[in-house]
Amino acid sequence: MIGFGRLPRKEDVRFVRGRGTFVDDVRLPGMLHSAVLRSPYAHARIVSIDTSAAEAHPKVRAVLTGADLVARGLEWMPTLSHDRQAVLATDKVRFQGQEVAFVVAEDRYSARDALALIDVEYEPLAPVVDARTALDDGAPVIRDDLEGKRDNHIFDWEAGDAAETDRVFAAADVVVAQDMLYPRVHPAPLETCGIVADHDPVTGKLTVWATSQAPHAHRTLLALVTGIAEHRIRVISPDVGGGFGNKVPIYPAYVCAVVGAMVTGAPVKWVEDRSENLMATAFARDYHMHGEIASTSDGRILGLRVRVLADHGAFNCTAQPSKYPAGFFHVVTGSYDLRAAHCAVTGVYTNKAPGGVAYACSFRIAEASYLVERLVDLLALELALDPAELRFRNLLRPEQFPYVCATGWEYDSGDYPKALQLALDTVGYEKLRAEQERGRARGEYLGIGISFFTEAVGAGPRKHMDIVGFGMADGADLRVHPTGKASLRISVQTQGQGHETTFAQIVAHELGIDPDDVDVVHGDTDLTPFGLGTYGSRSTPVSGAATSVAAQRVRAKARLIASALLEVDPDDLEWTPGRWAVRGDPVSGASLREIALAAHGAVDLPDGLDGHLDGSCVYNPPNLTFPYGAYVCVVEVDPGTGQVAVRRFVAVDDCGVRINPTIVEGQIHGGLADGIGVALMELMPFDTSGNCLGGSFMDYLVPTAVDCPSWELASLVTPSPHHPLGAKGVGECATVGSPAAVVNAVMDALRPFGVRHADMPLTPAAVWCAVQGRPLRPDLAIE
Amino acid sequence: MQVPAAFQYRKATTVEHALTLLAEYGPDSMIVAGGHSLLPMMKLRLAHPEALVDINDLDELAGVRVDGDWLAVGAMTRHAELLASAEAGRLFPILHDAERVIADPIVRNRGTVGGSLCQADPSEDLSAVFAALRAVLVIRGPSGTRSVAARDFFVGPYQTVVAPGELLAEIRVPLRSSVSAYVKVDRRAGDWAVGAAGAVLVVEGDVITEAGIGLTALGAPGFVAAEAEAFLAGGSPSEERLVEAGRIASRLCRPAADQRGPVEYKRHLAGELVTRALRRAMERI
Amino acid sequence: MRIMVLVNGKEYVRDVEPRLLLVHFLRDELALTGTHWGCDTSNCGVCVVHLDGVPVKSCTVLAVMADGREVRTVEGLAHGPDLDPVQEGFIACHGLQCGFCTPGMMMTARWLLDEQPDPSEEDIREALSGQLCRCTGYENIVRSIRWAAERESL
Repeated sequence: MIGFGRLPRKEDVRFVRGRGTFVDDVRLPGMLHSAVLRSPYAHARIVSIDTSAAEAHPKVRAVLTGADLVARGLEWMPTLSHDRQAVLATDKVRFQGQEVAFVVAEDRYSARDALALIDVEYEPLAPVVDARTALDDGAPVIRDDLEGKRDNHIFDWEAGDAAETDRVFAAADVVVAQDMLYPRVHPAPLETCGIVADHDPVTGKLTVWATSQAPHAHRTLLALVTGIAEHRIRVISPDVGGGFGNKVPIYPAYVCAVVGAMVTGAPVKWVEDRSENLMATAFARDYHMHGEIASTSDGRILGLRVRVLADHGAFNCTAQPSKYPAGFFHVVTGSYDLRAAHCAVTGVYTNKAPGGVAYACSFRIAEASYLVERLVDLLALELALDPAELRFRNLLRPEQFPYVCATGWEYDSGDYPKALQLALDTVGYEKLRAEQERGRARGEYLGIGISFFTEAVGAGPRKHMDIVGFGMADGADLRVHPTGKASLRISVQTQGQGHETTFAQIVAHELGIDPDDVDVVHGDTDLTPFGLGTYGSRSTPVSGAATSVAAQRVRAKARLIASALLEVDPDDLEWTPGRWAVRGDPVSGASLREIALAAHGAVDLPDGLDGHLDGSCVYNPPNLTFPYGAYVCVVEVDPGTGQVAVRRFVAVDDCGVRINPTIVEGQIHGGLADGIGVALMELMPFDTSGNCLGGSFMDYLVPTAVDCPSWELASLVTPSPHHPLGAKGVGECATVGSPAAVVNAVMDALRPFGVRHADMPLTPAAVWCAVQGRPLRPDLAIE
Repeated sequence: MQVPAAFQYRKATTVEHALTLLAEYGPDSMIVAGGHSLLPMMKLRLAHPEALVDINDLDELAGVRVDGDWLAVGAMTRHAELLASAEAGRLFPILHDAERVIADPIVRNRGTVGGSLCQADPSEDLSAVFAALRAVLVIRGPSGTRSVAARDFFVGPYQTVVAPGELLAEIRVPLRSSVSAYVKVDRRAGDWAVGAAGAVLVVEGDVITEAGIGLTALGAPGFVAAEAEAFLAGGSPSEERLVEAGRIASRLCRPAADQRGPVEYKRHLAGELVTRALRRAMERI
Repeated sequence: MRIMVLVNGKEYVRDVEPRLLLVHFLRDELALTGTHWGCDTSNCGVCVVHLDGVPVKSCTVLAVMADGREVRTVEGLAHGPDLDPVQEGFIACHGLQCGFCTPGMMMTARWLLDEQPDPSEEDIREALSGQLCRCTGYENIVRSIRWAAERESL
């Protein structure tokens, strides 16, 4: 197969044979192992740390504390949000699970054993657990390490026109308001985070193997944090066992492992356990939202007004483009044509794990999409309109694109009503409504939930989007070897998305060669061009575009070489896949392979043309791409026990041109399962002392095969007008779009009980309590 | 990943040998069978045995069989084996109802019936099941063999009457013509129960002559709803009475709030599930 | 303690601490890194291997418990250069993305098909219910196993 289509993945053979190389599979001669001692308290002053017993352990090679790092100026490190984070706590611990000491030992069991030998005396302090009290007068100040800081406020940010929105609301026939919490959840990739750090004391070169979604960004950050010159750092991100945003940041133990390697002169491996991953690494969501929607009495939506309290934990570590502390939350107007919108977001510190954006949310679009889709359903309830009909009355129409929404985003393309109709037809909407009616008479509660989402993926452009100052543009280098085989070097890093296949297909498509003849090199900063990495569904929109343009440049260069080879004018050559042919004389021409050989040979090349056949591109996207979709979820709810069973899930996605439809569908399947998880079971709650109650897979529940239905997919293809391949990106679409469909379905089922809203996750207890009219607050411990 | 602290390890070849080893290593030694309760506790460093006595090789403790008037289940029987026993399912469907929802198929391949009972986790399904069945638990120790009613086996959360130096050898269920069922509510497949109820009924004509009701994770002393059982026995299995039995069980249980739900919900669940289990059992007549 | 374990048909004799978990024995002692670990509590199932022909979670089995027994890992699934139909099915149906849960999923799949050559979709989902995947939403894993079942019925 040449180019686009359902090509089996090139990476699969090594994985099915157990020959993948994940970070914990890396073994170096003399390698040491390590473990982190973590705080049992959410908020406490450190009185003293005694490491002497641990140091006396026969297999321990080094014990690091914050005090040891002070000497190197490494006790704090910058975050991706212009804050700082403790590497090892020196003054206070600010969340349960915070890093306090680091042990390096000869084997992993001894490193663990030595943790118990470290004696830390803490003076417990009152914690801030409930974000809604973080700004209260007299609330304990978490970040007293920051000069002059006297409260827990991080930022206020707003978008849209407040005055115009107020005017629209004042004139509206109907206003519906709802408080809703998008609770704290966790990406929980099955491979936890880890690193192997190897510092060569002779050359000064630092090589790290890390679970990284963004190896180049990590190299730069490691250089800035550690002071090691950037060109002496090599970051290798080998096979990565899922990321979902969790592997975007640099974690304190990475820095500790680097220091450990320098101190001991031996490579140091650190791989966190599951509890560490859940309790201390980048969480997601935790948005306390108040939304209002205004409409006319006949269901024409006029405006949206939103206030958000954002819980960022103890350090502001969220990874957002600098301009947007709430990410892209302001795409909150969703898929609807409305006159005015305003949203205001306040970020606060709490004594919880730091982080913010992660878990396939496209920079907070998960929260925004959920909010607007719940509000639309609540409006439908208020107006006694069918939720599908209300959406049809307000969805953007195809002729409105490019469409600038009330908060300033320019949506590129789509046919929204067609997508919704396709979803309804696929699920058999009318029949289901009739079945629902019949079932209710028998005491059976079927629920049908719709959600429609618009995603904004593929950040930059760099002018508007940077992460800690680094513009969101990515490079691709393509080199065709003398025999016509090609190597593509890209900055982005797969965590399962299948880059080795998709990107080979892009090159194959542009050059007319077999994808098997294209090797995709990635995940090694010594071998690949700079770029910001894979998250926010940006690989295909940004690096896919860079690859396409680089390949087109190769093709253009090949044309000049072919003209020299064939002794014809370049204008007399025309491209057919894999070959430049003489116009009007299709027999005469040169294949890419012949051209590649000539490019490395002795053919006299035109002036100004270097030899070899290569091309590169740094792609700075002119705009984001806007994939969208219409989802319908069908559930059965047992009001006697509160149990929810997902019976069907129909997903119609339009992510533009699909390079490998099988891979695209796989991305959607995974996101839909995420949506079931978030809507029904995933949750990271805390008790009043700030103890994390979701610190293992016994407590933090993710969906299994029996919790998921067989997904029913359908697709539309509206190419992005500004992407060279017309592709839009898809990785996070289903995670963004699906939770609202599930919750809308459960609320639909519970309509006979007068239930308007209940916060996720809709566990049996949460559903039953909602039916009783006493909804649970999921972020706090149940008492 | 998390790893256990160091311990000594011996593999027992016979029950006698296991008892000798327990005596040799003293009160800080523990039996390990499937290890699916104990090893996670040891990794989390919540359990610190100094020595483990491995009884996985003790075939004499494994298997499900009819022995006279009893269904005998060896303590080393894996969950998967009990689930695969057609005889157990035919005699007491409650056993298969419960086994189907205990953990997951891979854990059931390794975890044992005896291990589950000895863990005495308040959320452990088989405790309620065997209590409802009025099973007898056979314990072997240095001074011989003793039998304890399942209802007297559990002393409290994670505590049983099995003393240091003893081991649970067999679970014996008295054979009788009965109907039974187990219903469970969980947050997700494989999760511990939010709540569950088991029902065992012996019905003669239109009269319930014996009622066994077990409750899992719902704060029922000894895992049973004794008052609801007493209410049912001697009366008819009418829908109203099944509902009333649920009400009694609900009123008298003492569930604790946790992330699986508040007290109010769990108390409701006790009633709802007891009635549902009774109904399902009656459907099997 | 000295143990002898037959792994993928080959005898290995090693001195190990009693507390060494089987998953670490395979990964660290034998360098068979195809078997992964993903949690500490036997919930995720990425560590599933066959012990005497039955799939178990190797993070919750001590290496000493495998003394004298037979272990089969993902590295022992193929028959030399020929992939097992389960492996072929996972490739044909895009049953894997990041590949981290894949070895455990395939080991359970192999066992399921040996026990039950024609499993329904529901049977497959039930068999996999103790194993987590964050990438695929399980859909294509189920299809992969059906593909293998059909291939083996030919």
